[in-house]
Amino acid sequence: MIKNISNLGDAALYCDFGKDVNKDTNTKVIRYFKSIQKKNILGINNLTPSYNKLIVSFDLKITNFKTLKKEIENLDLINSETISNKRIEIPVCCDEQFSLDIKRLEEKLKIGREKIYENFFNRDFFCYMTGFIAGMPFLGDLDKNMRAKRLETPRVKVPKGSVGLTEQFANIYTFESPGGWNIIGNTPIDIFDSSKEFNPNLINPGDLIIFKSINKDQFLNYNE
Amino acid sequence: MNKNYFEVIRPGINTTFQDQGRKSLYHIGIPFSGVMDNRNFLIANKLVGNEFNFPVIEFAYQGPQLKYFGDKINISITGDVKFVLKKSKDVIDGTCYKSFTLENGDELDIISTNKSVYGYLAIGGELDVKYQWSSCSTNTKANIGANDGKKLAINQKINILKINENLSHKNLNYVNTKIENIRVIKGTNFDYFSENGKDIFFKKEFIVSKLSDRMGMRLEGPEIENIVDTNIKSEGLIKGVIQVPADGNPIIMLSDHGTIGGYPKIGVVISADYDKLVQLTPGSKVKFKEVDLSSAENLFRLYDLETQNLISQI
Repeated sequence: MIKNISNLGDAALYCDFGKDVNKDTNTKVIRYFKSIQKKNILGINNLTPSYNKLIVSFDLKITNFKTLKKEIENLDLINSETISNKRIEIPVCCDEQFSLDIKRLEEKLKIGREKIYENFFNRDFFCYMTGFIAGMPFLGDLDKNMRAKRLETPRVKVPKGSVGLTEQFANIYTFESPGGWNIIGNTPIDIFDSSKEFNPNLINPGDLIIFKSINKDQFLNYNE
Repeated sequence: MNKNYFEVIRPGINTTFQDQGRKSLYHIGIPFSGVMDNRNFLIANKLVGNEFNFPVIEFAYQGPQLKYFGDKINISITGDVKFVLKKSKDVIDGTCYKSFTLENGDELDIISTNKSVYGYLAIGGELDVKYQWSSCSTNTKANIGANDGKKLAINQKINILKINENLSHKNLNYVNTKIENIRVIKGTNFDYFSENGKDIFFKKEFIVSKLSDRMGMRLEGPEIENIVDTNIKSEGLIKGVIQVPADGNPIIMLSDHGTIGGYPKIGVVISADYDKLVQLTPGSKVKFKEVDLSSAENLFRLYDLETQNLISQI
């Protein structure tokens, strides 16, 4: 299923699953990621799944590229059915105060905000990967008529909880950070909780996400 | 109540608690972090009788000024660092790679690093710092790790839970050398660049930019021309990856790098050269030199052996 394994420097494997960015390819990446994670292979430091790649970085004092390449090539993959994917509802408020780029989206997409919200809420999004900043999920796919480019000039500060759109993906800013995505709303729930020793991130690769619309009152009085 | 502590009189520019970093969290967006210069970290800890992965204080350019209160304690400073020790009436010029004893009321003033960026202060004992995911390493961008994920601040305290009993003095004869040729393995997008761009990458000189920090080192030089695409589908990054964004100037990923990136990877710095790479000051001139995987692995074995040898001499 991996198209090619090469070395990224002297301390990482670069597993290429092909050019396409879609759910099928990404599901394969996630299956390898979870299988390797479960096997606890000696010397592996980190696994970074993304749309169509998996990077396996390791401690060069303990193992090396050749040994790990063999291990990964001969890996027993866990059964797809046993991979537990959660279904998570994320409340999002699109009040003007939070929907920072709604006007820009209307202009760029050439559709009204009602239609934009309709295309965004109450449908399944698939988590392709998490990262860039701690816990940030990359969720797809947006409808073809919902795909806008990044802001020409990224914001220096995107507020925590902001939900952004760019091209085929939605993301959630887990804490205040610079960023260039089109902000459509804000969620009152903590997507990343650094006080948790285990599973500090709410959303993991492979999970299904459904955005639910809430009004400003519900946002302000939200109790998890 | 802690009876043994340091008070921060001046925090320095970028002073943080660090150890060897945290593993297995790239997939949720948390970088490795940890000390920039691993060898100097290991030596500092060994000089004061600490276990190898005890937290140390890492500083860049200008270090902290600290006043000590409590029972006798050993400290050591490694790197290329200028510092003084103020003991009642005496002001003593400090020497790196040597442990010495502080007494109640003594002051330590770490004035600056000389021809390098990072230096390390190891304190002989257990520090009262917060661990997050098995590491105290401070990531100031995500506010993770010791000190609520922040740099040291003026007037704060560094509390010591337990002082190492052995106060004998140790030293090591070691001189940091500066690197001019950074050895790299070709990156996964090497063929995105024009023949001329590849030539420039391996033959021309680059200058370390002021816009370098624990996340990355930016370099300036002749533009490296991309003939395929200046973006790739976002994918994982590791320490040492050299990305080239649309402006044609390389950026090297360092310990606090973002875990995912979308710029083409022209090369990756070999593990053996990482400690010396991070010590390059802005304005330093460097060249990239290509090596293959098996040479890189051999060079790392040599580097590691040399590090182990140095530590065993202490």
